[in-house]
Amino acid sequence: MRYVQEFRDPVAAKGVLAAIARVADEIGVTKEDPVHIMEICGGHTHAIFRYGLDKLVHEGVEFIHGPGCPVCVLPMSRVDECVELAERPEVIFTTFGDAMRVPGTRKSLMQAKADGADIRMVYSPLDALELARRNPEREVVFFGLGFETTTPSTALSIQQAAREGLTNFTVFCNHITVPPPIRALLSDPHMVLDGFVGPGHVSMVIGVHPYDFIAEEFGKPLVVSGFEPLDLLQSVLMVIEQIRDGRAEIENQYARVVPEYGNPVSLAAIEDVYEPRPSFEWRGLGEIDESGLRICDRYSAFDAEAKFGIGYGAAAGRAVVEEPEGCACGLVMTGRAKPTECPQFGRGCTPEMPLGALMVSSEGACAAYWQYGGARAVEAAE
Amino acid sequence: MNMTSRVSRLRDERVTLAHGGGGKAMCDLIEEVFTDVFDPPGMEDQARLTDAALREAGTRLAFTTDSFVVTPVEFPGGDIGKIAVCGTVNDLVVGGAVPLWLSASFIIEEGCEIALLRRIVGSMAREAKAAGVRIVTGDTKVVGRGSADQVFVTTSGIGVIPAGRDMRAESVEPGDIAIVNGVLGDHGAAILAARGDLALSTEIESDCQSLGHLMEAVLKAAPGVKASRDATRGGLASALNEIAEAADVTVEIDETALPLREEVKGMCEILGLDPLYLANEGTLVLFVPPDQTEATLEAMRSTEAGRGAVAVGRARDKGPVPVTMRTAFGGERIVDMLVGEQLPRIC
Amino acid sequence: MCLGIPGQIVEITDTERQLAMADVSGVKREVSLAPVSDRPLADLVDEWVLIHVGFAMAVIDADEAAETLEALRGLGEAQETLEQIAEGERAFMEDRA
Repeated sequence: MRYVQEFRDPVAAKGVLAAIARVADEIGVTKEDPVHIMEICGGHTHAIFRYGLDKLVHEGVEFIHGPGCPVCVLPMSRVDECVELAERPEVIFTTFGDAMRVPGTRKSLMQAKADGADIRMVYSPLDALELARRNPEREVVFFGLGFETTTPSTALSIQQAAREGLTNFTVFCNHITVPPPIRALLSDPHMVLDGFVGPGHVSMVIGVHPYDFIAEEFGKPLVVSGFEPLDLLQSVLMVIEQIRDGRAEIENQYARVVPEYGNPVSLAAIEDVYEPRPSFEWRGLGEIDESGLRICDRYSAFDAEAKFGIGYGAAAGRAVVEEPEGCACGLVMTGRAKPTECPQFGRGCTPEMPLGALMVSSEGACAAYWQYGGARAVEAAE
Repeated sequence: MNMTSRVSRLRDERVTLAHGGGGKAMCDLIEEVFTDVFDPPGMEDQARLTDAALREAGTRLAFTTDSFVVTPVEFPGGDIGKIAVCGTVNDLVVGGAVPLWLSASFIIEEGCEIALLRRIVGSMAREAKAAGVRIVTGDTKVVGRGSADQVFVTTSGIGVIPAGRDMRAESVEPGDIAIVNGVLGDHGAAILAARGDLALSTEIESDCQSLGHLMEAVLKAAPGVKASRDATRGGLASALNEIAEAADVTVEIDETALPLREEVKGMCEILGLDPLYLANEGTLVLFVPPDQTEATLEAMRSTEAGRGAVAVGRARDKGPVPVTMRTAFGGERIVDMLVGEQLPRIC
Repeated sequence: MCLGIPGQIVEITDTERQLAMADVSGVKREVSLAPVSDRPLADLVDEWVLIHVGFAMAVIDADEAAETLEALRGLGEAQETLEQIAEGERAFMEDRA
């Protein structure tokens, strides 16, 4: 077994789709009055469009694309700080490719690179560590970005740097956590969500229990899901079966990868290296309590915020950057509007010149809509 | 005269600004590294081309130019010289032209190894010979360190289009079959791996090759070929979008039919890339009427460059989007033009 | 931030730094085994792991995978049977007509 192709079997898909249709009919959902299921993770959004799942499932099942794209929700002010760091002559700024095009108020990292900043795309923080070892006279800053899936890899890299006594490696930490924004979404009185497909690779690290509050406090089902198309379809089936049966539970479809209590080594590294920030800004959602992580004092030698005097909330008078007028990212993320219903979609906001959070990365709901045909939808409407 | 049969007058191991100065050093470099290597009668400042060759082969001229920059300049399966010949030859070929003559122009960075230049020029000469074209004129310039990345090459090509051939994207009609000559994405994947900054190692080699022989074989067997595009930058997806837009049709491709190496798929999974957008340097897509599909495939497969030929889709009446793909999973997705460059992603 | 892919551990390359070579469809990349280092490194050779940004984040549980697939295939087969029955009924009705 190679754990990929088996989970893309179209024959099995027919069965799951038929089962979804049967349950959807039993609930009595229709195109006009659908069940709203949010896939939280941008990776899921991408898979849904890549395999055309939104068109394959019963028309009474509607996907709402969640905020689980760390690149999309990164506030502009943080991108500005990245650019500021990257433009220091002694710095080699390392980043995942995803973040290159995210616009700041002045420029994106891509533009900063064109202007002469030494910015390198890396596949792994391990590659940033290697750059630090090979360039002892330079300061290597790694742009730590991502949810709980990615958080441990940065922590483990910092621990490794500490063991080796590296003095020219720091992390600009922008790691964020999934549960707090879900709580924020569910607390919104206009929220229309009926259930969730949970990000499997986040749970691979944190397990399934951090989501218990969704079932217990808000009475909504969540199924932790894998990323292959059959995984997603099976998870949708499990969610709507819960809805049909009037259950609200946290279930695990992705048991081959997700242990109930997560990954102990990763959790210990997170505990060792980070501490929660009082609050963190999410583009399109605003400030959310305890939703971001910073590097704790024990590892401050590896904290770019401490070393370079740049930091979240550190700069007095740090201007909150307003979202552009007419941008409906907030509505889209809470399921109250489709990307195509945003007045800016395809007009003031395109992947080349994104205005709002969800157009920024290819994982964002609006960008996915665009890439997989949204552009035509706008043209057709005009 | 063969360059190995006489004593070299070039003493330097690296190109210096003197080699661009117009004096003796420059003459030595040009003669030894360039003109002696390209097929006799060598290159001239101004090539004089007889119209006999034109009249024999066709009625219309085709003329194209392309600049080549690639990092690294040497990679598994080729180098910048081979690409510079193949790229321009293929530009002519996909328009239905028989390529005849090329020019080659080099911008060389001060400090570039002369041995490297010799290797590049050697592979250009080999590839030109294989493609049946002559490199008849050229130029070199030397720029200061940092003003170029080792070497940039520009080639222009002249070919002739035989009477009766009229390949253009506008001719594609609903029902026509889309055929590719082999696996997709090898060049893009090979270059990504060869750059080394992603620390990935693979056996993938660039597909860099010229397609003239393949196209002649196809046109002989299936003269009804409507149009063809080489799927270079932007990959198959971009080539199909261009044709669909020009022909006012929708092209529907079948994911299960796409020829992809396992390693290319693996690379794409790791980096979150889509192989439909990976660059190729020896891959074309062409459209033929359905009744000539088999003849086309057979002719392609009889050539070295077309062993992996396969039908990947068809044109149909224009729908809301230019290119769609039936996924292996049974769904349908839209295959749009790429926005900017594909970057490795982690989310 | 979820791109994770299955790969097979081929060999341990650096015991001290817990690094190993992983193979994804013939593409090789050095990965860190730190997150799964609660079992002996040597035991991880030949295992399939879930790789994210160069780290083996989980060892894939073959039994759980088989169980999930079995359930999925069960649904697929049930649907095929249903379709065959429907097809049979249609043929029967057409014969009568």
